[in-house]
Amino acid sequence: MNPINYLYLSALLFTIGGAGVLVRRNAIIVFMCVELMLNACNLAFVTFARLHGNLDGQIIAFFTMVVAAAEVVVGLAIIVTFFRSRHSASVDDASLMKL
Amino acid sequence: MDHLIGALIGAPLLGAGILLVGGRRLDRVGHWIGCLLAAVSFGIGAALFADMLGKPTDQRTLTSHLYSWVPVGGFRADVAFQLDQLSMTFVLLITGVGTLIHIYSIGYMAHDENRRRFFGYLNLFLAAMLLLVLADNYLLLYVGWEGVGLASYLLIGFWQHKPSAATAAKKAFIVNRVGDMGLSIAIMVLFTTYGTFSFGPVFAHATGASQAKLTVIGLLLLLGACGKSAQVPLQSWLGDAMEGPTPVSALIHAATMVTAGVYLVTRSGAIFNAAPTAQLAVCVVGAVTLMFGAIVGCAKDDIKKALAGSTMSQIGYMMLAAGLGPIGYVFAIMHLVTHGFFKAGLFLGAGSVMHGMNDEVDMRKYGGLRRYMPITYVTFGLGYLAIIGFPGLSGYWSKDKIIEAAFAKGGTEGWILGGVALLGAGITAYYMTRVMVLTFFGEERWEPAPDPDKTPGVEPGIEVHPGELPHPHESPRSMTIPMVILAFGSVFAGGLFSINSAFLKWLEPVTGHSEGHSPVSTWEVTAATLVVLVVGGALAWAQYGRRPVPVTAPRGSLVTRAARRDLLQDDFNHIVLVRGGEHLTRSLVYLDHSLVDGAVNGTAASVGGLSARLRQVQNGYVRSYAVSMLGGTAVLVAATLLMRAV
Amino acid sequence: MAFPLLTVTAAVPAVGAIATAAVPAGRRTAAKWLALGFSLATLVLAAVDVARFTPGGARYQLTESHAWIRDFGVRYELGVDGIAVVLVLLAAVLVPFVMLAGWHDADVLDGHTPNRNWRPTQGFFALILLVEAMVVISFESTDVFLFYIFFEAMLIPMYFLIGGFGDRAGPKSEDEQARQRSYAAVKFLLYNLVGGLIMLAAVIGLYVVTAHQLGGHGTFSLPQILQARASGQLHLSTAAERWIFLGFFFAFAVKAPLWPLHTWLPNAMGESTAPVAVLLTAVVDKVGTFAMLRYCLQLFPEASKWATPVILVLSVVGIIYGALLAVGQRDIKRLIAYASISHFGFIILGIFAMTSQGQSGATLYMVNHGISTAALLLVAGFLITRRGSRLIADFGGVQKVAPLLAGTFMVGGLATLSLPGLAPFVSEFLVLVGTFSRYPVAGVIATLGIVLAALYVLVLYQRTMTGPVKAGIEGMKDLKVRELVVAAPLIALLLFLGFYPKPVTDLINPAVKDTLSDVHRTDPAPQINASFNAAAKETAK
Repeated sequence: MNPINYLYLSALLFTIGGAGVLVRRNAIIVFMCVELMLNACNLAFVTFARLHGNLDGQIIAFFTMVVAAAEVVVGLAIIVTFFRSRHSASVDDASLMKL
Repeated sequence: MDHLIGALIGAPLLGAGILLVGGRRLDRVGHWIGCLLAAVSFGIGAALFADMLGKPTDQRTLTSHLYSWVPVGGFRADVAFQLDQLSMTFVLLITGVGTLIHIYSIGYMAHDENRRRFFGYLNLFLAAMLLLVLADNYLLLYVGWEGVGLASYLLIGFWQHKPSAATAAKKAFIVNRVGDMGLSIAIMVLFTTYGTFSFGPVFAHATGASQAKLTVIGLLLLLGACGKSAQVPLQSWLGDAMEGPTPVSALIHAATMVTAGVYLVTRSGAIFNAAPTAQLAVCVVGAVTLMFGAIVGCAKDDIKKALAGSTMSQIGYMMLAAGLGPIGYVFAIMHLVTHGFFKAGLFLGAGSVMHGMNDEVDMRKYGGLRRYMPITYVTFGLGYLAIIGFPGLSGYWSKDKIIEAAFAKGGTEGWILGGVALLGAGITAYYMTRVMVLTFFGEERWEPAPDPDKTPGVEPGIEVHPGELPHPHESPRSMTIPMVILAFGSVFAGGLFSINSAFLKWLEPVTGHSEGHSPVSTWEVTAATLVVLVVGGALAWAQYGRRPVPVTAPRGSLVTRAARRDLLQDDFNHIVLVRGGEHLTRSLVYLDHSLVDGAVNGTAASVGGLSARLRQVQNGYVRSYAVSMLGGTAVLVAATLLMRAV
Repeated sequence: MAFPLLTVTAAVPAVGAIATAAVPAGRRTAAKWLALGFSLATLVLAAVDVARFTPGGARYQLTESHAWIRDFGVRYELGVDGIAVVLVLLAAVLVPFVMLAGWHDADVLDGHTPNRNWRPTQGFFALILLVEAMVVISFESTDVFLFYIFFEAMLIPMYFLIGGFGDRAGPKSEDEQARQRSYAAVKFLLYNLVGGLIMLAAVIGLYVVTAHQLGGHGTFSLPQILQARASGQLHLSTAAERWIFLGFFFAFAVKAPLWPLHTWLPNAMGESTAPVAVLLTAVVDKVGTFAMLRYCLQLFPEASKWATPVILVLSVVGIIYGALLAVGQRDIKRLIAYASISHFGFIILGIFAMTSQGQSGATLYMVNHGISTAALLLVAGFLITRRGSRLIADFGGVQKVAPLLAGTFMVGGLATLSLPGLAPFVSEFLVLVGTFSRYPVAGVIATLGIVLAALYVLVLYQRTMTGPVKAGIEGMKDLKVRELVVAAPLIALLLFLGFYPKPVTDLINPAVKDTLSDVHRTDPAPQINASFNAAAKETAK
């Protein structure tokens, strides 16, 4: 199969994730969408590794996964704390950080 | 002997240091220390004088180089002294009359709680004046010059709690500073022209500079001299300076300060001789001031201010003489010395009168005092005769010579200057007779002493009994003895100087001398002077001696009223300089705030406004931040692709 | 390796700052003594610097040089010429007086119960020492980058000193005072940061030019650049030289400050305590004028000459403008601030007159202005603290109740108006003569400043000290021993340098001569050389 198709898939997933981040208000969903974007990137990296015939992309993908895992830990903790204090998981309720 | 020159200045300087730093614990002996060190200085001066007399005429100049003061590149200012006949004359006058005034002050200031400080300032005054006349270069002279200004500031404002005294002191200093500006620019021009400002090299090469440069230097020096010697147009401080204690007035008017301008012009004779325009300016300033002071002196009812007008006028005579060049230098200095005697005597006499009259200064409230204060009456009277130029007394010898020299200048100028000088002599006789008559003759017009609490103008050093008529009495011995000595000087000094032209021969090696060709002979001048003198005196007698004098001054003619206000010069200064200056500074303060600062604050405000707009983008919604990130990325990618394509 | 004397001179106050800051909250007095001890140690070291310095010897002495950031040619290079060593000494002399005068300025007020960790006193003294360390090292540095770092870094402690420690004597409420103080501090910071950033661009520009011309090895080292230019390796194009010069000059002109970049100074001096104001104007601002003399003239001689006419005009305007505004002030400290602006005009005038009298005079002026401003302002501070107000109108008749205070105030004032016999006269006259010999018109106009100086000083004295005793002044105490210890030595110094400035001019003159030869200028010759007598006398010695 033509590896280019994986790139198309990656782009599609990224777009879906991006749209989700932009339009959804539930913090959990937004968070999932971010994960989706990260995974789309991973897919692109792995595909490029395959295309170029070296392992650089795969290694980067591992790093991305580690970062994503760390992010999940911190991000979920924030969301849970936020939910406890505001009784809501809507990102629009977290709009205090402005000038 | 050279090193004694330093000691001459050092003694009073040491006194000033001890008295001002020593503090209250010296209160009980302060005045003795002050007098002692002034006397020591006089003693050293006399010793140097004796030494100088013993030497041949051409070896009489002593120099003493203490140390290098400011050496920078070609600029060399040294602390070095030069004592020649001219300086010697001043040294003796300053220390001699100065010491007498010190002694007088012991009694005069006896009740003042700050007497120690007063003597410290007096010593400082002497030291500064001695530095002025002993310096061997203009910059060091300038130090003494401003030192004199400082000492006069401190002394005029000695009773600082009186607002009028504080104002007068400030005014004296600032008006003097205007003159000092002239002197300092003159030093700069000297430096750029001659590469030095030491007397020796400058005078040796004086004629080498261009006429324009010399004229500029001369006029600038004249500006300096006008400030210190209270010549028109910088005379306005002198009248107000009467706010100081009376001994200070005597010191300023007789021995120090106002004589400095005459010294400067005479000392710079080599420059003035080569710059006729500047010389003429000196003459004109002298002549104008001579009349100005005399007219003001006629109208004042305050005894000290009338004497101040007379000083201005007499210094005008000296300036006039100094402006005449080698014909006049010697007589300028001679008049300066004789004036030193009789003016000091007159002021001390005035102080003595005030002492006995509850500090009253208005002559209209005196009268008939000759019976109560015989010593003051006699000494003051002798001073009076001397100043009007009564034949045989000191003033006669010096003033007549000046009038004669003015005529000898020749041409129309000579007639005008001589005429003014002659007329001035008549007016002098008028106003001095007026002072004499109002004070010592006529009926007693005394009034009860004012309450010192209500009138802040009263000298606080003297006991005053509010509501009582004054009990005029003769002053204590410490005050009368100096007056007697000065009276002797007023009578005999001029005659002694003129025996065999002794003074002329003494000063000639320094100032040079030339006999002018006077269109009028000596006896004609003498006769004319005597006529105006008698006319002036008789007029005053007719006006004040024969008729009762009203205690409150009549309104008087327009001229009288203007003269009482110092011929409106103060009003002019007030309106133009003070008001104008206030408006200028106020508008500048406003401009600094609104324009200079405003420009910067305006920039800050516009940046602030812009960011206020921009911050609306920052709305706190994560989604909109995400959109802007996305948009930004999209733009970046598009830009990169576009760059690739191109 | 030789003993790194200059590093130690700068390091001692820095160490002192850390040590003082670390003193526990309860031991405030100990912190003060510790800080004073460190500042005195610095003074001793500075005196050793001067003693070890040979006037007329090598241009930069006591040098230290180490590579620091190799990639960018940044070096840790120290060295002093006669001008720098004098100014190091000045800073070291003034700081102990500043501390003594401000002994109680950062005390905890009665009635406040501080929390356990609140240490304003320690902070105040540590910040002063920190400023001193930075000022000293910027005088000593001969590497442009090293200089730049400390030139900018000293803004930080200064900012906190101005904004954090007010004089508690304003006429307004406490909140209003705090607002004005922070306005003044921010204004100070912003002005100087803008200047500094423009200078940073110029510093980078200088590096780029040197790197380009010296074969990739760019340098910030002043001696290296001077040497490269002398040997012809380095040649700045006219345009480049002018732009880089302007960048440097702008920063120094803000710091100095030169009219019309002066408006931060009255605010900063008015709102801070008197000792901090002295630190600011007598010590920190001197870095600006010093840097003009060292960096602008030495690095960019042609551009300096190109800009001279404009700079002369600005400084003459500053002299007259500052003096006139001083006359119109109602606040004692703002009055002194405007007087300082006038005096900085004189200093800059002297530097750019490009004569040996002008530049020696300007350097001497920096020293004398430091001492005279310290004398006047510190005594004014004592006065203000006593009355709790800094408005001139609130005073009157002080000489009656506190004659010693009035006397020292007067001497400080007389020094400010450059009375002969006190130190500033010598320097002012040198500046005027130096200016006059090349630019007569500027010299004459600047001389007007001496009349205006008499006016603002004497008006200030008259309104505050003379006349009847005003309400609120009656019980005023005269100077205490601590305050006398501050005032007396400063007055003694003023008198000494007024009558015998030779020790200082001997240090300065050779450095000025070097600077003048950098800009290829010689003194204008007098029309008639009448000074042969003096010269003959000199050779006879």
